[in-house]
Amino acid sequence: MKNSRRTFIKLAGIAAAGLAVAPRKVLASGGQEPVKVNATAVHAKHWAMVVDTTKLHTAEAIDKLAAVCHHIHNVPKIEGKKEVKWLWHDTYAHSFPEQENPHLAEEVHERVFPLLCNHCENPPCVRVCPTKATFQRPDGIVAMDYHRCIGCRYCMAGCPYGSRSFNWGEPRLNLDLANLNPEFPTRMRGVVEKCNFCVERLAVGKMPACVEASEGAMHFGDLKDPDSEVRKVLREKFTIRRKPSAGTEPSVYYII
Amino acid sequence: MLELALKGSKRYYGWIAFLLVLIGIGSTALVDQWMHGLKITGMSRDVSWGFYISQFTYLVGLAASGVMIVLPNYFHSYKTNKHMVIFGEFMAIAACIMCLLFIVVDIGQPTRMMNMIFHPTPNSILFWDMIVLNGYLFLNLLVGWTCLQADRQHLPHPQWLKPFIYISIIWAFSIHTVTAFLYQGLPGRHYWLTAILAARFLASAFCSGPAILLLVMMVTEKLTSFKMAKNAVKTLVKIIAYAMCVNMFFFALEIFTSFYSNIPGHMHPILYLFEHGSTGLVTLMWTFIAFAAISITLLVTPRFRNNYKLLPWTLGILIVATWIDKGLGLLIGGFNPTPFETITPYWPTLKELMVSMMVYSVGALIVTVLFKIATDVKQEVGHSQALACGCSTEDVCECTTEEEAPAEA
Repeated sequence: MKNSRRTFIKLAGIAAAGLAVAPRKVLASGGQEPVKVNATAVHAKHWAMVVDTTKLHTAEAIDKLAAVCHHIHNVPKIEGKKEVKWLWHDTYAHSFPEQENPHLAEEVHERVFPLLCNHCENPPCVRVCPTKATFQRPDGIVAMDYHRCIGCRYCMAGCPYGSRSFNWGEPRLNLDLANLNPEFPTRMRGVVEKCNFCVERLAVGKMPACVEASEGAMHFGDLKDPDSEVRKVLREKFTIRRKPSAGTEPSVYYII
Repeated sequence: MLELALKGSKRYYGWIAFLLVLIGIGSTALVDQWMHGLKITGMSRDVSWGFYISQFTYLVGLAASGVMIVLPNYFHSYKTNKHMVIFGEFMAIAACIMCLLFIVVDIGQPTRMMNMIFHPTPNSILFWDMIVLNGYLFLNLLVGWTCLQADRQHLPHPQWLKPFIYISIIWAFSIHTVTAFLYQGLPGRHYWLTAILAARFLASAFCSGPAILLLVMMVTEKLTSFKMAKNAVKTLVKIIAYAMCVNMFFFALEIFTSFYSNIPGHMHPILYLFEHGSTGLVTLMWTFIAFAAISITLLVTPRFRNNYKLLPWTLGILIVATWIDKGLGLLIGGFNPTPFETITPYWPTLKELMVSMMVYSVGALIVTVLFKIATDVKQEVGHSQALACGCSTEDVCECTTEEEAPAEA
């Protein structure tokens, strides 16, 4: 009894001293920023991507980028129509169905195009999501909260680009568990997932993985900054975006 | 009043037991879905909604349709419908519950369902659909139950209920409009992206819903002493006839807009459904057209419309037609062609159908119990009881005075 009272007084003394010395530290949990922003993080007003399809247009080259992306994000490999994919390739007709014509330059017609989430300025998926599980960040990136998602798949119906995948079954069954990227979470079944423009890499100052692996065929930067690399490319080259009629203002541009 | 549901004939208990067995069988598939996820369904990355959501869509129509009996009674003082109103309301309760169940079985993370309430998102139509569906369920429970209780005690319906009744009438339109908005507001889904979709939904609801209700009521007449007033049936059949004509007219408007404008996106889903789809799907879609034509012919011709031997078949044909259109074609046509202008066929799996059967059985169980209560109360207070000549006590029937006595002897 005596002993414990002595311990208590001692601890109380230390605590009081602590309060006197570092009140900010003690109150930290109520403070403004629970997480410190990485000093090397890169920021933009609105992130955008420009794909140079004159340089990147073969299935092999795009599949290589997809493999990198899928590996670092632990995207499960599933065959068939229940597949999950963040980055993939498709033909001109499938990528730009409204902008096709029968006399298109053969060379362009034969190209395949990398497809991913367009991170639209005006994203229909965000508009329809009933729980804000998918939301637009201030930097324009359309992000997913895998823990908020109830799996209603309304966003999939809303996306005019077919950019979203649903985990119909347990995704970890289709992952090489020995070869996971421990720095990115795996998902659970019953949630929607998609390309996230590598927000986790931007947060530590790296470019998106596909951009890095594309060897200059993909540009990434701030669309709102007139001096940025993407704006420079957009000024110089003719670009198109997917399904302009949908009014979603995609942030992924294609140099044709 | 619930105690009325507990005292029934052997046949009544047999039916309940049968439904419980169906629910039991269906729930095995649901347990399987909980264990393994939605991969047991035929849905895919491209067709991300399937049979569950299309059944939900169809049943919202059934829920909304009760208003076709309630509205004439309260807005036009058409009192012939008076004793049918409760059945429209009780049917709406069952339909709303089925709708909610179809949504619950469809979502990938049902345990997170409450996120819709914890994180209310007014920009999502699904949020509003949840509000209107639950609201309509509540309104019908309140109005239906209170009115029936008042009837049982030979009391007039309470005055405070009036506002709820009027709200529920407007609300009925809202549930189907909001459900249409769920589809209608999506860019890139050409088959749904049309301003007339909500109107089409209402027209189809106001023919298919009363048709289902009328069929169920015919069964109820067979099994109980309840008898629909002849004029009420006549009015309802006319409503069904008009609504079906309007429904098909709206469909024709879609066809005209798509094909005269020659816009590929608008033509593709229709061509897929009626021409390029799997043989089964194309056959079904043409069956829809044929059945719609047959049911309209039978409904607009007075001789056939007033033939009560033929009427159940007419209604059946109409229900099949509207179900193919709205309970199947609408969804498949919306997702196919895909955003890549490709085709990903969809067909529900056996397990998907089993889960759906479970939900429908739950609905049938609720309808059975509620209708049992309602008919028992009607019998107690002597409303709309069958007379020997096939009239209802609500009808002005020649035979009532002459044949009533021998029938009761």
